[in-house]
Amino acid sequence: MSLVNIHEVHKYYGDLHVLKGINLNIKAGEVISIIGRSGSGKSTLLRCMNGLEKYQKGGITVDGKEVTTEEIQVRILARSVGMIFQSFNLFPHLTVGENIMLAPTIVLKKSKQEAQETAKAMLEKVGLADKFDSFPEKLSGGQQQRVAIARALAMNPKVLLCDEITSALDPELVGDVLKVLEQLAKEGMTLVLVTHEMNFARDVGDRVVFMHQGKVWEEGPAKEVFANPQTDELKNFVNSVL
Amino acid sequence: MIEFSNYDIIRNLLIATQWTVLLSLAAFVGGISVALCLTAARLTKNPVLTGLIKFYVEVFQGTPLLMQMFLCFFGLSLVGLNISAWNAAVLSLTLFTSAFLVEIWRGCIDTLPKGQWEASRCLGLSFLQTLRYVVLPQAFKVALAPSIGFSVQVVKGTALASVIGFVELTKAGTMLNNATFEPFKVFAFVALIYFALCYPLSLTSKILEKKFNVSR
Repeated sequence: MSLVNIHEVHKYYGDLHVLKGINLNIKAGEVISIIGRSGSGKSTLLRCMNGLEKYQKGGITVDGKEVTTEEIQVRILARSVGMIFQSFNLFPHLTVGENIMLAPTIVLKKSKQEAQETAKAMLEKVGLADKFDSFPEKLSGGQQQRVAIARALAMNPKVLLCDEITSALDPELVGDVLKVLEQLAKEGMTLVLVTHEMNFARDVGDRVVFMHQGKVWEEGPAKEVFANPQTDELKNFVNSVL
Repeated sequence: MIEFSNYDIIRNLLIATQWTVLLSLAAFVGGISVALCLTAARLTKNPVLTGLIKFYVEVFQGTPLLMQMFLCFFGLSLVGLNISAWNAAVLSLTLFTSAFLVEIWRGCIDTLPKGQWEASRCLGLSFLQTLRYVVLPQAFKVALAPSIGFSVQVVKGTALASVIGFVELTKAGTMLNNATFEPFKVFAFVALIYFALCYPLSLTSKILEKKFNVSR
């Protein structure tokens, strides 16, 4: 039984048909990279996986739970699915520690002490143990993104969705964030990445999904997809980005 | 005829000023309370509620405060409600203030990036928890300066209560003018007192604006 189950998902923005029957199964522990040109629907697909976007047809389940945009369902899902955004979306009025502790205390009803211990452990994991009391604005983009990862991990998710999480970073900061992801992958975390980091997708990812015009155009083991693309669209894409 | 010294004029004006301050406070507290309820209602994104609030804001922003006061004072007594000048002034100023505050706060809440709502949603926070822990603390900081800035309009707006016979600063000035026939002196004092009330408010607003702009 796969952890994420996407079956014949269609999504429309008004008349625009953005997802045209997506099928995708993701097993626990897999690292999946979704690649493709902008407008191919990859971010939309990711946002459908945790109820941020509505889909009109088909079905998605994560960890056996049906994904809908109803608030109650989204809140149940949030215990299994973590998400990290391109723009970090840390809460600027809270310290790093408070950012990480907020959801565990008010959603999971953990005690403050327990939440604090988790927060510290997660910060340690992303290499920012000394930033517990800092405010997000005092951190670099790469550090902020790592705090966002720690914040998602503190909810103990089964799968982590990453929406172009290095696209807003200065090139020299990308490496730090990718290192954290690589570490998570090694520890067996299920990762679904929408990414433009092709080297990362090839070297760390298990499977690559190439999306084109709202469809899964081609998919397969990461190294194979890059070394031996089957369709002209993927060939062109790979040539243009590598 | 009784002689009025400068001291008498100022003393009487200051006594009346208490009512201006009281009326301003009542209107501001009332306005904030109503605006809070309206803001909460607006955030539910219920189309009927948001439509009604939009209409409310348009009506109170689009008509003179004096007309609103007349309608509260004379209009309500026409339908049999005996309303005192004080109550009419508080009621109309409350409605007026709330209509502006709800619009100011709408702007402040809307400036928060959508990502703040999305991140909260992905962490499993409910709508109310998102408001309480994420949106309002941030919006409050942004809203403080313009809200205090607007309070200057409320203080000045209380002058209109003189027209429906409520004795506050402006009305006291008119009465003293009738007794002394020294309009320039009396109204200069009146204006000075208004300025003394309003300037600290607008100054506070400016300082807050600077403070919160720097930290961004």
